[in-house]
Amino acid sequence: MAETGSPKKLPLDALWRARTSKFGDFAGYDMPLQFEGLIPEHNWTRSHAGLFDVSHMGPSFFALPKGHGLEGDAAHKAVAAIIERLVPADIQGLKPGQVRYTMITNAEGGVLDDLMIARPAEEGAAGDLYIVVNAGCKHQDWALIEAAAKGEANLVRADDRCLLALQGPAAHKVAAEVIDPALADMSFMSVKRFPGFGRLTVTRSGYTGEDGFEILVRAENAGELAEKLLAHPQVKPIGLGARDSLRLEAGLCLYGHDLDPATSPIEADLAWTIQKRRREAKDFPGAARIARELELGPPRKRVGIRPNDRAPAREGVEIYKDGKQIGLVTSGGFSPVLNGPISMGYVQTAHAEPGHVVDLMIRGTPRSATIVPLPFVPHNYVRKK
Amino acid sequence: MFSLTRELSMSTRYTKDHEWVRLEGDVVVIGISAYAAEQLGDVVYAELPAVGASFAQGADMAVVESAKTASDVYAPISGEIVEANAAITGENWEIINAEPEAGGWFVKLKPANAAEIEALMDEAAYADYVKGL
Repeated sequence: MAETGSPKKLPLDALWRARTSKFGDFAGYDMPLQFEGLIPEHNWTRSHAGLFDVSHMGPSFFALPKGHGLEGDAAHKAVAAIIERLVPADIQGLKPGQVRYTMITNAEGGVLDDLMIARPAEEGAAGDLYIVVNAGCKHQDWALIEAAAKGEANLVRADDRCLLALQGPAAHKVAAEVIDPALADMSFMSVKRFPGFGRLTVTRSGYTGEDGFEILVRAENAGELAEKLLAHPQVKPIGLGARDSLRLEAGLCLYGHDLDPATSPIEADLAWTIQKRRREAKDFPGAARIARELELGPPRKRVGIRPNDRAPAREGVEIYKDGKQIGLVTSGGFSPVLNGPISMGYVQTAHAEPGHVVDLMIRGTPRSATIVPLPFVPHNYVRKK
Repeated sequence: MFSLTRELSMSTRYTKDHEWVRLEGDVVVIGISAYAAEQLGDVVYAELPAVGASFAQGADMAVVESAKTASDVYAPISGEIVEANAAITGENWEIINAEPEAGGWFVKLKPANAAEIEALMDEAAYADYVKGL
């Protein structure tokens, strides 16, 4: 739910305006859309490192009340059990320092938002979770979390801080040089706190398909951090435009487009985000539908689609087979890496196998396309330790 | 060279939707303005109408797509298509960004009503219009 009125300025507004005039309203924030150009920014991120300001998103901390008296795993299990009232992932099973991707589901098994939940490893953080939700959903999500917590844990918003994403194959080298050598040793989908720049909460994660970091930094320290990162010869600023083409190539969902309250995680091909303990317990919102779809298969499925000509098929394009509509494109555009159009969408399960040929109805003309596996471009995550 | 360029550009007219038209003999050449090409960014696809197709002024005539977005191109004046730019139909879309108001032209059209050209903005009026956007 975007806020009404004129869009909010980012804490680093002036820093970005010194580098581009191309801004646009996104989820109630005035965001830089483009710097050098969508395609060069995209390619730079795939080959070097891009710096994205994603401070519109919803970082927060969710913690047992002070003096909870629990230690280590016991404290973690207590706070995790509370958030599990909303999400189908095994949060209790997170190891110290681990991050998991999950979603808030509704009673009908649809997705209300997708989010990251992290278990900080630091001493004194027992019973704390670090949760990052989408910009457009943050007020709804925080209200749901507070209602589900019933006072047993407290939510502290951190969206007055800056969230910077450093993404690309050079990200680890840059982060090690500018912030702390230990960043390069983090494993993918882990969280760690670092002194310096006022204290940072860093996850090794991202939304581009590349290795990288998402860095929560206080607003008063963010300018210094961003300037130091941008001064590195491997780093360029990247706008929201390239963020979208990067995540699409990586086959990652954009909430409100590829995920919505009518779509289940199983239809979205996100069954991997629901671990065994939760599948067996069936103790999350929408568990009946999700368990049924896990057992019998979903009626429709999210797929990758490659048009067989050059015309991009964007959100809303209908997908046909033998003259009958079998699905809908939910995201689509141009892939700089493949130098051609790519789309994601939902099709009836019978047509979801890679290799199936379908028609995309573009401006009234059916055009041939092929169902392909996701991602379109292989992920380049670090897999070590 | 300078004077030729100047003479040609003096006779170019523009729509508020950022198409340009230029009379060459008894046909008009049509394209998208340098401003429009810059706003779009790198063109990744374009679709031109078939030769022989007729359009009323303001009708959807062509499509141009960048990585960012798809844009309709409207017929700036009424008439019949007599030629489509072979560079564009040959998928050399870079020419639209490189030379939007020259080699990156879209189509040539035989005007149905030449008075429609006169009613479009001249270069100075279009420059003012773009400044106000």
